Amino acid sequence: MKFNKFLTLMMVLVLSIVLAACNTDDSKEEVDNSSEGTTETGSEGTTETASEPKEINLVFGSEPPSLHPGLATDTTSSTMIQNIFEGLMTMENGEATEAAAESYEISDDLLTYTFKLRDAQWTNGDPVTAEDFAFSWKWVLDPANASEYASILYPIKGAEAFNLGTGSADDLGIKVIDEKTIEVTLEVPTPYFLELTAFKTMYPFHKATQEANANWYTEADTIVSNGPYTLTEWVHNGNIVLTKSDTYWDAANVKIDTANISIVESESSQMAMYDAEEIDFLGTNFGSISLDAIDRLKSDGSLNVAPYSGIYWYKFNTTDKVMSNVNIRKALALSIDRAGLIKNITKGEQEPALGIVPNAVGGFGDDSGYFKDADYEEAKKFLDAGLKELGLASPADLEITVSYNTSEAHAAIAQFIQQGWTSQLGIKAKLDNSEWQVYLDKLSNLDYQVGRLGWIADYNDAYTFLEMYNTASNGNNDTGWENADYTALLKQSVVETDPAKRTAILLEAEAIMMNEMPVAPIYFYTNLYINKDYVTNMVPDALGNISLKNVDINK
Amino acid sequence: MLTYILKRILYIFVALFVIISATFFLMKLAPGSPFASERQLPPAIEQQLNEKYGLNNPWYIQYKDYLVSSFTFDFGESMKYKGRSVNDMISEGFPVSLVLGLEAMILAIGLGILLGVISALYHNKFPDYVSTVIAVLGISVPSFILAGLLQLFFALKLGWFPVTGWKGFIYTVLPATAIALTHAGFIAKLTRSSMLEQNNSEYVKLARAKGIGKWSVVFKHSLRNALLPVVTYLGPLTAGVVTGSFIIEQIFAIPGIGRHFVQSITNRDYTTIMGVTVFYSIILLLAVLVVDILYQFIDPRIKLKGAKKS
Repeated sequence: MKFNKFLTLMMVLVLSIVLAACNTDDSKEEVDNSSEGTTETGSEGTTETASEPKEINLVFGSEPPSLHPGLATDTTSSTMIQNIFEGLMTMENGEATEAAAESYEISDDLLTYTFKLRDAQWTNGDPVTAEDFAFSWKWVLDPANASEYASILYPIKGAEAFNLGTGSADDLGIKVIDEKTIEVTLEVPTPYFLELTAFKTMYPFHKATQEANANWYTEADTIVSNGPYTLTEWVHNGNIVLTKSDTYWDAANVKIDTANISIVESESSQMAMYDAEEIDFLGTNFGSISLDAIDRLKSDGSLNVAPYSGIYWYKFNTTDKVMSNVNIRKALALSIDRAGLIKNITKGEQEPALGIVPNAVGGFGDDSGYFKDADYEEAKKFLDAGLKELGLASPADLEITVSYNTSEAHAAIAQFIQQGWTSQLGIKAKLDNSEWQVYLDKLSNLDYQVGRLGWIADYNDAYTFLEMYNTASNGNNDTGWENADYTALLKQSVVETDPAKRTAILLEAEAIMMNEMPVAPIYFYTNLYINKDYVTNMVPDALGNISLKNVDINK
Repeated sequence: MLTYILKRILYIFVALFVIISATFFLMKLAPGSPFASERQLPPAIEQQLNEKYGLNNPWYIQYKDYLVSSFTFDFGESMKYKGRSVNDMISEGFPVSLVLGLEAMILAIGLGILLGVISALYHNKFPDYVSTVIAVLGISVPSFILAGLLQLFFALKLGWFPVTGWKGFIYTVLPATAIALTHAGFIAKLTRSSMLEQNNSEYVKLARAKGIGKWSVVFKHSLRNALLPVVTYLGPLTAGVVTGSFIIEQIFAIPGIGRHFVQSITNRDYTTIMGVTVFYSIILLLAVLVVDILYQFIDPRIKLKGAKKS
């Protein structure tokens, strides 16, 4: 008898699993409704009217490591900061437009910027003052605070010296004229300086709060901010709630009242949440779309693609015997089948990179590139010349090692390229995989031959992509490559005040680099995202940022 | 008994010292720095950071600092999560992992023992096969696959539970089940084999001969003895389950301590690695101690041995 009871129980269990597996999509709508019933607490469930509060549900792929504008370095923190704080300027449609600043003036020599502030308030009711900005910038540059992004402020006069401990805060080109006016003097004309003021490291934070509590930015109830949203709840590693700020100067134009952000690391869980209607948007900076979901999303037409100012490239260690040979480098770079790679491996509608500066950096070059994709004919010529110079008889004598850090995507890309080099050029290529931290060590110690890396722009300007190769000692160079003409051109570009001439100089520099090929560009990144139909105006910009201020929901 | 426990506590301290030292030197040996990223820091700023966290001190000073902070339970600030103390991170994450872990344990023990007993009672009969199959599946299917399947069927298709999150009891069911099934399988196998042993023993045969019902014998006599190996397994199980399962917490987005185990190492977040390691070690060592003490209540013979030793 008892056994029978147990058996019945087991059968029910097994059956329910089997039934669940057989469940077809017909039941999905019903399912979605019921799941809403279980997950939502409170006001949801009735039909939306114009006066009802608007809520959006989102995810982050990780816990934001720091919500201090002066200390944040990663994209998750930066997305948060951009929605709860506000800088002098903000980026709208690729242009720097006034935000905390009401207006600004630039001197003719492009060296002095004077910003007039709006009448705006912090969340505690204090007015936002010029002193808050001056204090925040000095705090970031103060070496005692070890701000990792302090170098973003180096265009300001005296900033680098102060940050490196050789100058003093009094010599900084930051001057508070009156409560609502701040004047900044630059070291050299920096055409993208306005864009920099829209960058998180230059955002203000509340002086009195910082002085009273050094860790104010780690909990929701101690954060004082000046942006469109207030952080009202923060369960670390769990969820974040943003609420429309009533002290914000432009609150009338903020449409969404609450943003619930869950912190969900697993990409497949993120996707499941989207499918279960638990979130309204998924993609760049608000979670990410996993590689294996792309095909499905493409075929049902829901995948959106926006340009992204970032590049995936292979670096060559030019201090290595083989890789010091420019012909070998060119042979390797030209024989990569970028279009094939994107179609078969990365699948994210990326653009083949045939130069260094992404096309998302507007108005730079004609996008046609410096060489042809998968140009095997030309590559073989370079290879022959290179082999001769190295004293090698045949391509089979050449063996190179491709390094990458642990990740399925990097491994797949490396295998694809390795196969191309072996089949098209006949050389041998080995793969070398290491853990991220170990890998970074290898690269910066020039302990590799060919290695992958990516670069996402901080500000949407060609300079951010070219600058890192100005000298071999630049920490981001990682190739040992240096070219006197290139260095001279970059120097020239920072003092050039005519935008057209400056672009011409930078294009010349890019051409030098593509002629010497210390790196092989592979593809330009794209922003991939999906959103429910009722979400409007939620589009990542070229830097991957989304301002919730502009987003609306019309259910 | 008391001396025995005191002695064991002393061992715990020795073990902790060894664990802390080993962790410290392994951390130092591993290449990479907590501040390394795709975008290199200017050397001067890296220097400032090293200074701030005492990383440019000679190794013996750092080692001394680690020992002091470990034994005073003050691990300082995380190097990744700026401004947050490691103690806060542990004290916020642990209760969450504890709740999830206890739920999973109750489930694992209940289901495991039930399956094991049924297997033994219907040895080599259909129910035995069914529960053995379930046990083997539980052990061999990795918990992250189970987690995915549970999400797919019970959250996405049936909509009975939310996909992820941590906002109430309903959110705990799927992750606790995913953790529990593996352990339940293991406990079932342990229970089954020791129950079979007990079934052949004289006292069970006597009880049966007296005409006592099958299930009464199980609950009144044989199960208590059969549970010894299960109890042994409970020590490490408690520590593992209660301090969180990294992969399950990640899949279900649970704000527990589990994710710090692996992530702090990938991030080279030295202070967090140290804090979590010491915390985990203490839990593990204590759990083993408690199990040893529990033993004495279940099996009086062991108590005597323990007493003699001391």
